[in-house]
Amino acid sequence: MADFLLEIGTEEIPDWMIDGALSDLHDKFQNAFGAFGGNALRMQASPRRLVLLAEALSERAPDTQTVVQGPYLSAGPKAAEGFARKNNTTVEQLGTLPDGKGERYVFHQLVKGRTVADTLRDKLPEIVANIHFPKGMYWTGKGGVRFIRPLRWIVATLNDHVIDFEVAGVRSGNATRGHRILGSKEPIPVTVATYEQKLRDNYVLVNPAERKARIEAGYVPGTETDYTLMRTLVYLTEFPSVIHGSFDPSYLQLPREILSTVMRHHQRYFSVLKPDGSLAPEFVAVTNTDGDPDGLIRKGNERVLRARFNDARFFWEVDQRKKLSARVPDLAKITFQAKLGSYRDKTERVVRLAAEVAAIVDADVNTVSLAALLCKCDLTTDMVKEFTELQGIVGGLYAKAQDEGEAVATAIYDHYKPVSMEDSIPRTLEGQVLSIADKLDTLRECFKIGLIPTGSKDPFALRRAAQGIVKILFEARLPLPLMESVVDVPALVPFLKERIEFYLRDVLGFAYDEVNAVMAVPIGSFPDLADRAEAIHYIRPTEDFEPVAASFKRIKNILKQAGITFADQPNPELLADGPEKDLHDAFNRVRSQIEARSSYREKLAAIASLRPQVDLFFDKILVNDPDPAIRQNRLALLHSLLTKFSSIADFSEIVTEGGSGI
Amino acid sequence: MDTFQDTVFKLKRYWADRGAIIQEPYDLEVGAGTMSPETFLRVLGPKPYKVTYVQPSRRPADGRYGENPNRLYKHQQLQVILKPTPDDVLEQYLGSLEAIGIDLRKHDIKFEEDNWEAPTLGAWGVGWQVMLDGLEITQFTYFQQCGGIDLDLVPAEITYGLERIVAFLQNVDSVYDIEWAPGFKYADVRLADEEQFSVYNFEMVDVPLLWQEFELHERECQRLLNLFRETKDQRRFPVLPAYEQALKCSHLFNLLDARGAISVTERVGIIARVRKLAVGVAEAWVEQQNPTAQEAAA
Repeated sequence: MADFLLEIGTEEIPDWMIDGALSDLHDKFQNAFGAFGGNALRMQASPRRLVLLAEALSERAPDTQTVVQGPYLSAGPKAAEGFARKNNTTVEQLGTLPDGKGERYVFHQLVKGRTVADTLRDKLPEIVANIHFPKGMYWTGKGGVRFIRPLRWIVATLNDHVIDFEVAGVRSGNATRGHRILGSKEPIPVTVATYEQKLRDNYVLVNPAERKARIEAGYVPGTETDYTLMRTLVYLTEFPSVIHGSFDPSYLQLPREILSTVMRHHQRYFSVLKPDGSLAPEFVAVTNTDGDPDGLIRKGNERVLRARFNDARFFWEVDQRKKLSARVPDLAKITFQAKLGSYRDKTERVVRLAAEVAAIVDADVNTVSLAALLCKCDLTTDMVKEFTELQGIVGGLYAKAQDEGEAVATAIYDHYKPVSMEDSIPRTLEGQVLSIADKLDTLRECFKIGLIPTGSKDPFALRRAAQGIVKILFEARLPLPLMESVVDVPALVPFLKERIEFYLRDVLGFAYDEVNAVMAVPIGSFPDLADRAEAIHYIRPTEDFEPVAASFKRIKNILKQAGITFADQPNPELLADGPEKDLHDAFNRVRSQIEARSSYREKLAAIASLRPQVDLFFDKILVNDPDPAIRQNRLALLHSLLTKFSSIADFSEIVTEGGSGI
Repeated sequence: MDTFQDTVFKLKRYWADRGAIIQEPYDLEVGAGTMSPETFLRVLGPKPYKVTYVQPSRRPADGRYGENPNRLYKHQQLQVILKPTPDDVLEQYLGSLEAIGIDLRKHDIKFEEDNWEAPTLGAWGVGWQVMLDGLEITQFTYFQQCGGIDLDLVPAEITYGLERIVAFLQNVDSVYDIEWAPGFKYADVRLADEEQFSVYNFEMVDVPLLWQEFELHERECQRLLNLFRETKDQRRFPVLPAYEQALKCSHLFNLLDARGAISVTERVGIIARVRKLAVGVAEAWVEQQNPTAQEAAA
């Protein structure tokens, strides 16, 4: 058994790429060395190192046998002897095997499994050099190895023997490096057994979980936790320590959104909350040091934060000198997309679109129109130039400060929402309308000029925009017939349908065939769509529904085979007494019931009640009557049945037990 | 406490001791130390180079009439180019911080990803912003491409933001309170600059005149680049003067942009025009530096 340690030492890797690199290294190693067994790989990392520990590897891969084809027996003894000699054996040791042309000699060659040491040495250079990073660089010169940052050292030891190889001019060895400032300045020899401890002695906690725990231990009461920030800090430090700073409470007069953004995104501080949930004039920062005995780091960070907050206050004051409403013409100077013109152009389109949507969903048109006109104006402010992630929010805050009205301000504030499936939708109807109009405009215009997402390429985040519209329409139950607003952009139709199906399945939890059934008929408004899906889901377990659905599928197939796409009303006089007439009567009864009932559940229950008549019809009646008039009339009856009752959903999409073969 | 100029002296001394040429600022308006030919042209081609200089860098849009304590129309960059990059470049860089009096054991240094791209120069690189106790003090870039040309030797560019570093060292909240020399504050030396150029850039620039200038310099640059193709004596051909014309265009573009005189449709086109000049100069320079390949090709 052998334990293998690989440490790839680099200059500081961007924190957000580390998890991906580790998982790629894990998979590549597993693929290359799976034959040697061993325990699950242990992966660790810090900004300057990617680490892999493979324990309990076999020293040697299992032996394998290969069959070497020899001459045919018919070729005579000389050929057999030659073949045996070539394989260092005798004719007696050879086997024989028949093939299409006759019996031939074969040699069962035993291939000794290679040692793990040899295999590692051969394969590691390629594995290390090919770890995937989203963006690479070269540093040894044009055409050299590409990596995320320059490779500076490699530790590769198998049971304390160095596996000797080279990548980009860096030779593997047994020496690691400590913390840049606190550790030894010299290379530090390690073994698999001493690795973690030696690093710890040199102020590197190589296990990310340990660094995380050290950060958490430094929290003060009220520290606002944040998973993404925590991950960043864990991968920005080798030996994290926590400092606790404060700022002048007068800055709390700035909006909380701005303070939080400065602290979290720009300075990577955790903010601190008072017991009442409001922001405290404090922060928690994480350093890559073993402490701050003189308080210099705290003072430095406080000073930077003060400057940042001063900037923000300055931006706020300067920005107020020109109201949002006076900035509309300035939007002409900001590109939306090279081919799609400026934000001024976009604003004009969104104003029109938002007013149309507002009229349909009964939102306040004046509020929506004003909000649409002003919603992109914050892009011209110093505040948003500095804090781009606050676009929309700053517009909302400014609109409020400039007395554009609470409703307008809120609509602007929320109009980028929802930014993800987890994010909430805009709080007000007017905000929802503005968000939809903005996103719909982006989708329509981008699709028109062929900017359509492919694979992982979606630079304008069009999927997110579409998903956002769908989420708003479902959650807020807005009666907007979305598909009608994209009929002039055909490529958008399947794109939007995919998002709708995703939402029905993955968010609302409907089965895929239920989703297919309601999507197979004209989509209409989203609340209606959800209600139809809900009704099918509800009625589905009842006794008669699936059999009726199966019969609908049968009817559809019969009509298809008969080539019927259109038919007149069935002629009652041609209907025979018994099952045929009964079905027709039942059809008329159910039809009037459906017209009288309001809920989809009741309508579906009425349709399901057709089961006895439908079953009997198929049991007793031959549709393909020799008399063409009768046959045609029966097809017409089935056609009416199918079309009349398929406006809620296409029941033939419902997968029924044993029903798929009809 | 070191004055502003003391810190500059120390950084220059530090890099001079490591073999760098100490250059003086380039005597044209530029937006960053990168645009000086000492960087833009010297990083091209296979010849090693090491240089350090302070470059006053003009960014008209960043002007704040001298009212903002941290933002300046013109700030001072100390630029270091190490080509090729030595293996211990980051250790050398950290050493330079100690040389100007930063005790690294008492401070927090982090290297945070920050990639650099200059569309008007056809240049990009990857690297970090170096954070000292939460303050960005240096931009560190491994150049990958310049003037649209993949670099033979990858240089490290280290750009120190002098005002920030010295404000930190002197523990002042406003750059204007920095002591530049004994008895002279930064405000004494530079405030008038900030005030007057903000007024000029934002309010008084003669836009049609700037456009004319832009076109004249562009024409001159292009004329030279065209002549370079025809000349027999490439060795002495004025590629460097052609580059100055391109730099003029770049600065005029920044001025027009700060004035809000460039519309959306124009903007993309203007960037492409400046880029075309920069790329043309870079190609000519590489050719001029490599006469043997030229003769072999001929």
